Amino acid sequence: MITKRIIPCLDVKDGRVVKGVNFLGVRDVSDPVKLAAYYSESGADELVFYDITASHENRALFTDILTRVAESIFIPLTVGGGINSLADFDRVLKCGADKVSVNSGALRDPGLIGAAAKRYGDQCVVLSVDAKRVGGQFRVFAKGGREDTGLDAIEWVRRGVGDGAGEIVLNSIDTDGVKRGFDLEMLDAVCRAVSVPVIASGGAGCAQDFVTLFRTLPGVDAGLAASIFHFGEVEIPALKELLAENGILVRR
Amino acid sequence: MIAIVDYGVGNLFSLKSSLAAIGAEAVVTGDPAVLRGAARVILPGVGAFGDAAEKLAAAGMREAVLREAAAGKPLLGICLGMQLLFEKSLEYGEHEGLGLIPGSVVDLKPVLPEGLKVPHIGWNALRLQNPAHPLMKYTREGDCVYFVHSFYAVDCAAWTLASAEYGVPVTAAVAKGNVMGCQFHPEKSGPAGLKILKAFCEVTP
Repeated sequence: MITKRIIPCLDVKDGRVVKGVNFLGVRDVSDPVKLAAYYSESGADELVFYDITASHENRALFTDILTRVAESIFIPLTVGGGINSLADFDRVLKCGADKVSVNSGALRDPGLIGAAAKRYGDQCVVLSVDAKRVGGQFRVFAKGGREDTGLDAIEWVRRGVGDGAGEIVLNSIDTDGVKRGFDLEMLDAVCRAVSVPVIASGGAGCAQDFVTLFRTLPGVDAGLAASIFHFGEVEIPALKELLAENGILVRR
Repeated sequence: MIAIVDYGVGNLFSLKSSLAAIGAEAVVTGDPAVLRGAARVILPGVGAFGDAAEKLAAAGMREAVLREAAAGKPLLGICLGMQLLFEKSLEYGEHEGLGLIPGSVVDLKPVLPEGLKVPHIGWNALRLQNPAHPLMKYTREGDCVYFVHSFYAVDCAAWTLASAEYGVPVTAAVAKGNVMGCQFHPEKSGPAGLKILKAFCEVTP
């Protein structure tokens, strides 16, 4: 059977990994290429590269780095950030990305998911959603969680999958950064709504949070996190060992 | 040298760099003459079977691949490229494949137990049916490889080297003589995938 995936996410700005990174054995901790190789070697099942570069000029630097990352890792690579058009899909896929993650771009242009799925296949299109509880509803937020779109998150993911999104990344704003575990309630609602893989994001504080995630919600396919991996608080080989000890299938 | 067949389908970047990582020289080509000069041929592919089969023929590469296979050159189909090796596919209608391996390609969805998602996406363990085959030389029972597909090959038990359990046994690797195929993406399967590419590079015609 399919194993549960562990996915580190790297935020890249102007060619460097942002958020402090603190590992043993990695000298230049903000070099995206070295970090990608480190994660790939330590057993990450997939990598997500998120481009948070603001300026247009520096975007070329990101694609250059992406190419070097894609050349040096042999696991699936997902790229997100600043994906607003088919031209953006094309740009990152040509650099060696396997999947492309859309968030704000899909909110601005609801036709983007359908057009991308038709051209590149459903498996290539990942819909990433930032959601937060508002008045008893899971609400989609835009602009990095600053703007309430008024959209119901469950309706939004259903629609995205209907249009051809092949995977959902659910990032709970309520649990993000709190480090007390994934948002099981919100994830459960999303898993019930769609039949494509669901990737949990936001809230992991320790290895046990991943055990709880996969034990409580067998429908969740992957756990994504950034800082706990970057700071070495959770190391992937040890995390996988713990998951295996708890009867959860992982690739080792 | 290995020729990676370019017929306008899919991303060949990772395949080329994974071959480079194991020290194999590869060229991406849509030229039958280059195929003829190559020692080995890889037929990649993503997307829909019918569309890919048409593009392969339109690029003049269908005949070229068949000719190299008939000449006894090691040929490896990957993902949709493996599916194209079979006689036919029932993906959105009925489409003719290359007919190099007996069997056909059908939809996974109707045969899966409830609760299993389609596409079959992710890392799954290999069960070896023919561990002695040269393509499986470095592969061990239980090695995990990366799959992304919604259709799978059936009626090919005699040619199956490995399968993966996903409610049903999913054909994962096949071989008939010099013609081989992987349903999964070896170029995306970490060390386990590189071992399979290395084994392919060492298969003697």
